Amino acid sequence: MDYIYLAIALPLLGVLVNGFFGRRMPRKAVGTIASLVILGSFVVSLVAFLGYLAAEGGTHTVTLLPWLSLPPLEISYGFLVDGLSLVMALTVSFVSFLIHVYSMGYMADDDGYPRYFTYLNLFVAMMLTLVLADNLVLMFVGWEGVGLCSYLLIGFWYKKAAPPVAGIKAFIVNRIGDFAFLIGMFLIFWLYGTFSFTELRQSVETVALAGHFPLTLIALFLFGGAIGKSAQFPLYVWLPDAMEGPTPVSALIHAATMVTAGVYMVSRMSFLYSMTEVAMLVVACVGAFTAIFAASIALVQNDIKRVLAYSTISQLGYMFLAAGVGAYWIAIFHLFTHAFFKALLFLASGSVIHGMRGEMDMRKMGGLAKYMPHTYWHFLIGAMSISGIPLLAGFFSKDQILFAAFTARPDIWPNAGMVLWIVGVVTALFTAFYMFRQIYLVFLTKPRFDVAEIHPHEAPASMIAPNWVLAIGSVVAGFIGLPALFAGIIHIPNMFQPFVASAVAGGVHVAEAAHGAQELFKEVLTTSISVVVALLGLGLAFYLYQVRYGTTEKLKKAFAAPYRVLLNKYYVDEFYDNTFVQPGRVLCEQLSRVVDLGVIDGVVNSIAFVIGAVGQVLRPIQTGFIRNYAWYISAGAILLVILLWLGLAAK
Amino acid sequence: MEPIVAYSLVLSAVLFTMGVLAVLARRNPIIMFMGIELMLNAANLAFIAFSRHLDKLDGQVIALIFMAVAAAEVAIGLAIIVSIYRYRRDVDVDAVNVLRG
Repeated sequence: MDYIYLAIALPLLGVLVNGFFGRRMPRKAVGTIASLVILGSFVVSLVAFLGYLAAEGGTHTVTLLPWLSLPPLEISYGFLVDGLSLVMALTVSFVSFLIHVYSMGYMADDDGYPRYFTYLNLFVAMMLTLVLADNLVLMFVGWEGVGLCSYLLIGFWYKKAAPPVAGIKAFIVNRIGDFAFLIGMFLIFWLYGTFSFTELRQSVETVALAGHFPLTLIALFLFGGAIGKSAQFPLYVWLPDAMEGPTPVSALIHAATMVTAGVYMVSRMSFLYSMTEVAMLVVACVGAFTAIFAASIALVQNDIKRVLAYSTISQLGYMFLAAGVGAYWIAIFHLFTHAFFKALLFLASGSVIHGMRGEMDMRKMGGLAKYMPHTYWHFLIGAMSISGIPLLAGFFSKDQILFAAFTARPDIWPNAGMVLWIVGVVTALFTAFYMFRQIYLVFLTKPRFDVAEIHPHEAPASMIAPNWVLAIGSVVAGFIGLPALFAGIIHIPNMFQPFVASAVAGGVHVAEAAHGAQELFKEVLTTSISVVVALLGLGLAFYLYQVRYGTTEKLKKAFAAPYRVLLNKYYVDEFYDNTFVQPGRVLCEQLSRVVDLGVIDGVVNSIAFVIGAVGQVLRPIQTGFIRNYAWYISAGAILLVILLWLGLAAK
Repeated sequence: MEPIVAYSLVLSAVLFTMGVLAVLARRNPIIMFMGIELMLNAANLAFIAFSRHLDKLDGQVIALIFMAVAAAEVAIGLAIIVSIYRYRRDVDVDAVNVLRG
């Protein structure tokens, strides 16, 4: 499929049309064009996917144009079509299409309608560039491009106070990660002399540098970029603030697609990560720590979108955990299922906010299931999927991550797998609890607002329809990548793994792990524990918010100190503010005072002063009397003659 | 050197000096202007004298060009003097010093 670049070109066309003419076109046309180009992208990706299947592992690159040719540096607009990029392209374009449709309803009354769809189309174009690029530099273009769109869309409501600030925060925090990413890229070029993924893979796999220090360094620097983009500890702080943007944006960019770029990058570079156990372990540990860290914050948050934001951070942590133990295909599988249920949860929360006239505080909700039955079902399906209720999409992917962690035995720390698994299981417990706490607080408990005044109402059809598609996806998406245990029972083979595994390195031991009675026992064990934990979390939420409603207030008093720490998000933002932001501000103020006003302005002003002073001295010469000037000229002429004469006489 | 050339050069020098003195000493712009013309024509005379001495036509050609330029310069110079007079009702050059630094 040589026309894969159309998947990127179509949204760019949408950007041009809506960007230049959007304000003069009717709103329906703007939204329809924007959605149709994304549908076009999806169709192109689908055709490419079918072509790939027909050609039996038809991994190939499509080089469109040369870009930079500075030997030995050769960079082209090239696209790599393989299992990994196709899964990403399909997920991105499909979820984006649904969110575009949803946005037509959600943003219908917004003044910035054409601007919104222009940004959204640009985002999809950049995201597809990121996932389809066949070299690191083009990927970096997409990487920065999605960052830009994220910034623009977080600060979309620029007239309010908080959104622009949140946008700047997101951009700056991402830049810290991108800096590391760039260093990683430079190191790669220095070491291997190429940016192309295919050539790089050959170099890395043929030149035996396993465990070599520069390799570890490269992997860690690249992971630094992933930490920023995918909101991992310690650079996750921008994601919760990103919720200031419109809710569909939160669903698309800050849950389903852009934030998964880091996971995609690690999987894309898996041939490199597999060579260095240290970097792998770092990836897994950062992922696991972020997973439990963010999940614990989500336990007590009151803002409906913030809970989901921390949940996203936590799930991204799971993905890195999977990648870190070598189960790249499972990381991508979880990314794939997560795109469905997290987009669904965000869009459903958008419907809630829409129906509640912009209210986001869960303490002022309750009992909404009666008013918004569709949305309730969407949210419930999403929550069950993410919590790992058996047979839903999230169950299969999360279960396999935990199993992969359980069986991992890194040489440098053999027990790491067990530790990671325990952290993962506790996170799963937290996840189930905070999701069902949210269900109870929003939909089931008694209304804690004035029903007569607010009139909660169900969202329009254009918002419900895409949610149902996502809800179905959240239920069935898991069946294409069943764990060996279930694949054996239901007789649906795991289609996802061979498809993606061809494009990523390693993960072999996970594939083999399914064989043998002992392995099967382990799988049954971990799966059962996952199920028990999910139900435990659900039951706890049921007990605290349904059976003994009000117990939570007592618990808050009993555990006042830990509660306050969690509610304030471990004071990480305050810590950053005191350690980096405020000293930075003081430094900048000093610099502006001393260097800018003192040195730079001082130099410029001094030059101006000298010129002025010289002018003052020379002023009297210019008397304005014409005869004085005539005297000067005559005197000069006579002087010249005398000098000439003296000169001649000297000869 | 032919005597006629030598005489012409002496006359040229005398005329030039008179022109300089007129410009430097007089306050009436018309007279100053005439001094300038005198200097120009003194130079012309020198050109023609040298033209003859060197037996080349270049000097005479330059003299002709100078005359054309001088005519244009007179037109502009007189126009400026008339403007100053209309504006100030006075043409004493020592009273006009608006370009003082």
